[in-house]
Amino acid sequence: MPIVLRGARPYGEDAADIVIADGLIVEIAPVGSASGEVIDCEGLVALPGFVDLHTHLREPGREDAETVESGSRAAALGGYTCVHAMANTSPVADTAGVVEQVWRLGERTGLVDVRPVGAVTVGLAGERMAEIGAMANSEAQVRVFSDDGKCVHDAALMRRALEYVKAFDGVVAQHAQEPRLTENAQMNEGILSGQLGLTGWPAVAEEAIIARDVLLAQHVDSRLHVCHVSTAGSVEVIRWAKSRGVNVTAEVCPHHLILTEDLVASYDPIYKVNPPLRTAADIEALRGALGDGTIDAIATDHAPHPHEDKDCEWGAAAFGMLGLETAFSIAMKTMIEPGLLDWRGLADRMSVAPARIGRVREQGHELAVGSIANIALVDPSATRVISSDRLASKSRNTPYASMELPGAVVHVLYGGNLTVRDGALA
Amino acid sequence: MKHLLSAGDLDRDQAITILDTAAELAALTDRSVKKLPTLRGRTVVNLFFEDSTRTRISFEVAAKRLSADVINFAAKGSSVSKGESLKDTALTLEAMGADAVVIRHNLSGAPHRLATAGWIGGSVVNAGDGTHEHPTQALLDAFTMRKHLRDGTGDLEGVRVGIVGDVLHSRVARSNVLLLRTLGAQVTLVAPPTLLPLGVETWPCDVSYDIDSVLPRLDAIMMLRVQGERMHDAYFPSALEYSRLYGLDSARMSTLPDHAVILHPGPMNRGMEISADVADSPRALMVEQVANGVSVRMAVLYLLLGGMKEND
Repeated sequence: MPIVLRGARPYGEDAADIVIADGLIVEIAPVGSASGEVIDCEGLVALPGFVDLHTHLREPGREDAETVESGSRAAALGGYTCVHAMANTSPVADTAGVVEQVWRLGERTGLVDVRPVGAVTVGLAGERMAEIGAMANSEAQVRVFSDDGKCVHDAALMRRALEYVKAFDGVVAQHAQEPRLTENAQMNEGILSGQLGLTGWPAVAEEAIIARDVLLAQHVDSRLHVCHVSTAGSVEVIRWAKSRGVNVTAEVCPHHLILTEDLVASYDPIYKVNPPLRTAADIEALRGALGDGTIDAIATDHAPHPHEDKDCEWGAAAFGMLGLETAFSIAMKTMIEPGLLDWRGLADRMSVAPARIGRVREQGHELAVGSIANIALVDPSATRVISSDRLASKSRNTPYASMELPGAVVHVLYGGNLTVRDGALA
Repeated sequence: MKHLLSAGDLDRDQAITILDTAAELAALTDRSVKKLPTLRGRTVVNLFFEDSTRTRISFEVAAKRLSADVINFAAKGSSVSKGESLKDTALTLEAMGADAVVIRHNLSGAPHRLATAGWIGGSVVNAGDGTHEHPTQALLDAFTMRKHLRDGTGDLEGVRVGIVGDVLHSRVARSNVLLLRTLGAQVTLVAPPTLLPLGVETWPCDVSYDIDSVLPRLDAIMMLRVQGERMHDAYFPSALEYSRLYGLDSARMSTLPDHAVILHPGPMNRGMEISADVADSPRALMVEQVANGVSVRMAVLYLLLGGMKEND
């Protein structure tokens, strides 16, 4: 029996009945005219299912923090139908074997499309290239390669990686962090780091690598993606590169759109993240860049950590925060509410653009007859108070605990099947 | 006030109360029987994650002179080195009924965490955390300066203090800048640009790269310890060049006003930031700083555990 999303508003536009059968959108009809298994979507905005370019699922190796299954649940509840699982697992996803294992775990869970990211270098060591071809040609069909967590800082190696992935229509997603400028770095370098006595992570350490990489990408005519852009200066470099026709894309994390370094004064490691929280001026530049398309996508950098790795001194704590289950609300608060993006714009930054960057053919489709039914139905009028105990992730390290955020993901369809219904796993 | 985490937490009246109390306690213990019964039955834990003989002993003597029970807890390695976590250590101390925890830690903010994470109920005294702060050092420095440059009472209004050396990595400098400002002193930081933190121009003090231009107008100069190994991280070319440009030797000492005093938080690198003859000169107050440290720490423990009213 077909599923009827009754009264949903595609991209916030006129309400309609969206009819799903055999995994596809088969009809968009006037409200009340379609028949089948009716799901009440009155007042809900229908968007293409979100695609995350930057997720840490921690499996294999750190199943105490997250698994492909628990991370998939968190993703589905966040409105996602596809996540890119980062390569910094244990063992590292630097062989066809590991990426296929992650891909199969994703298939078995069946809640979202789990797309493994392959390491650029063996063991993320930054010394020699991993078997990128084997990963690209594996069942996982890897297209995004990243040493995320570490920067491919060797310029010659970065150049070769950019060249090599061209053979597979791949992209190198760079974690832009000049290592020597960020030794033992703990927070954004500025007035506050000097006062708190925490080693600074200067903006220039990110911007210098991005500047180098866009020039390399231009030189070898390849495709570069910049992970978690966090500074106003990085935005300027990327804007300049795009104006010169460089094939560069970029992502920004939800937390870099809303949280500032001032939170670090609490020394509470829940706010410890890499790249670090920056300043209000950086936030303004990042929001503007995401609005005008200089930054292409929102990516969560969902980074689960066991409680003990955050329940300690700042300097001893792990970097990273959860993101999958709150990303939509942060995007609504920071982009929709101020009018920087409309719903089509949000659909582009959270679904269409990331699917294109990751070359995920089955995702980011227009909500139209014939498209694969990957759909998130969100309630823009809802508000909710975030509780770290009520998240699907195995970890609790959300920086938004007890914050009231707008918007809620109500229903999600993945490949035509309901994964989330009424805000809970279906 | 319950904790002493930062020198910046103290307002002028609180700071002066601590200094005045230290002066009274110094007078009381300046006799053959040095002990006071004030903190009898109270437990003070010295929780030291970092080697520090002088500060630990200073706190130990201070607590014992107030008749507190003292537990020395030398934690070899924090959670960084996979030992027991700070949290579990704190819970242990809480279970033992610690009334105050004096903590020295290699990581900035650890005392703040201990005081605010909900692990313990007692008072927390920061005895030096990473490159952040060392408030009791600033208090003992202020106490020492007040004794020599004022009549041992009131604040330090108008006193000109130079702080020279590795400000970037110095918790002593941070606490001193904050406290001296509160007490009305004028501070000038002197260091090569590499050893000054970003944003230092926003601190409530002046900054100079040239020690010689600063010396003639100082009432007190505080030399910070500079680790020779810093040159390996390219903070300066060599120990010799540092010493030539920023070290205090007899020639430089002679350009100080006659009344000016010399302080150093210790341990000194003789021949690096301070020459041996300067260190041994009568104007150098290092030994007295150590004695004053005990009085100031007695005052802090007394006021935290005996009750110091918040100023409203």
